[in-house]
Amino acid sequence: MARLIFTQQLARFTPVPQVETDASRLRAGLDSAFEANPALRGYVLDDQGHLRENVVVFIDGRRSLDRVRLDDPLKPDSTVYVLQALSGG
Amino acid sequence: MSEHAFLSTRKGLFELTSNGSAWEWGAAHFLGEPVSITLPDARDGTLYAALNLGHFGVKLHRKDAGSDSWTEIAAPAYPLKPEQSADPVEWKNKLIWSLEAGGADQPGVLWAGTLPGGLFKSSDRGDSWQLVRSLWDVPQRSQWFGGGYDVPGIHSICVDPRDSKHVLVAVSCGGVWRTEDGGASWSISATGMRADYMPPELNENEAVQDPHRMVRSAGNPDLLWCQHHNGIWRSDDNGRRWQEVRAVPLSHFGFAVAVHPRDGNTAWFAPAEADQRRIPLDAALAVTRTTDAGKSFAVLRAGLPQQHCYDLVYRHALEVAPDGRTLLMASTTGSVWLSGNAGDTWETVSTSMPPVYAVRFA
Repeated sequence: MARLIFTQQLARFTPVPQVETDASRLRAGLDSAFEANPALRGYVLDDQGHLRENVVVFIDGRRSLDRVRLDDPLKPDSTVYVLQALSGG
Repeated sequence: MSEHAFLSTRKGLFELTSNGSAWEWGAAHFLGEPVSITLPDARDGTLYAALNLGHFGVKLHRKDAGSDSWTEIAAPAYPLKPEQSADPVEWKNKLIWSLEAGGADQPGVLWAGTLPGGLFKSSDRGDSWQLVRSLWDVPQRSQWFGGGYDVPGIHSICVDPRDSKHVLVAVSCGGVWRTEDGGASWSISATGMRADYMPPELNENEAVQDPHRMVRSAGNPDLLWCQHHNGIWRSDDNGRRWQEVRAVPLSHFGFAVAVHPRDGNTAWFAPAEADQRRIPLDAALAVTRTTDAGKSFAVLRAGLPQQHCYDLVYRHALEVAPDGRTLLMASTTGSVWLSGNAGDTWETVSTSMPPVYAVRFA
């Protein structure tokens, strides 16, 4: 099961679940987190369902570069970090 | 007399409270977070605060009358952009730039103006929002462009107190727009404005005007004022036609305008030197006031910094209270001033606040 970890900076605004998911793509993995807390979606994704421009995702230590499709593959042992980008500070 | 005022700033929402003779700092909310605009809803005492979180987007919070706690409610969100759309604008809410209550006969109705130019309406106190497609889809929107931001935005929403279905909105840069059917249909309403920043043949194109701020006098609803990029305009026919006010002292350029709540011929402005130099003329801050519909102006300086002052008063940062005498003004470099006598004299409340986006009385 891939593991999703959200920055605790988000916890100031909404509960951030630590999610384990059998999703094989990033978007599906994020969706499983949004099921646990629907309010989280609007903090991570924008109106069009794209990754917010000042949010960054790392999958197994590699930064995800696609912000639109979010179709990076997840492995069963992947660790996904959803963090704030310093660009938005 | 107003008992509360709210300052929306780069680093939180701050309250000023009056004990009847003096104003003091009250509660601070969302400390550290950018608050773009605040709406104290006089109809039911609700307070709304729009946030623009640097990383996590536009948010909206509501505090009910008598409550000490905020509830996050839905933020206006754009619908999915059709794949075949040729619109170069991203359909993403970049900022809640204006937030206004509907009419007294419309409990729960709110209007929100946003970047990149979408107007949103709520009928349930902000629990849900709908993009006003009838305005978003006007063909002239393709002519709109950003003013101060990369994309267009709606910063002024004026509901007619005589008929809540009549609403005027002002767009930077996209002119003034009118609905008379509650938002079902819209028409351009910037006749008379002039855009010197455009090629000559487009100077009078209504859909490219840059009204920096538009306000309506509640007591004289047909009287509106507009601080425009190229000067000051007023209307005495509910925004159908606009007349330039030419006898303007100091400078034609500025962002803010406040109008007396009962006397629509009285208005205040906070001029800056010019588009290309957005500081007070001669680095000395002044407010200008007309009491005769713009035929003449008084230049008010008492109590305002007159040396090495580089403060800019942004479009929502000059307000007059319902008493018509109490004025609150704040700057993008964090100064705050109050006047209790219609601007004749001012007192400094602070010189060390965060950049102030908007001030409002409740």
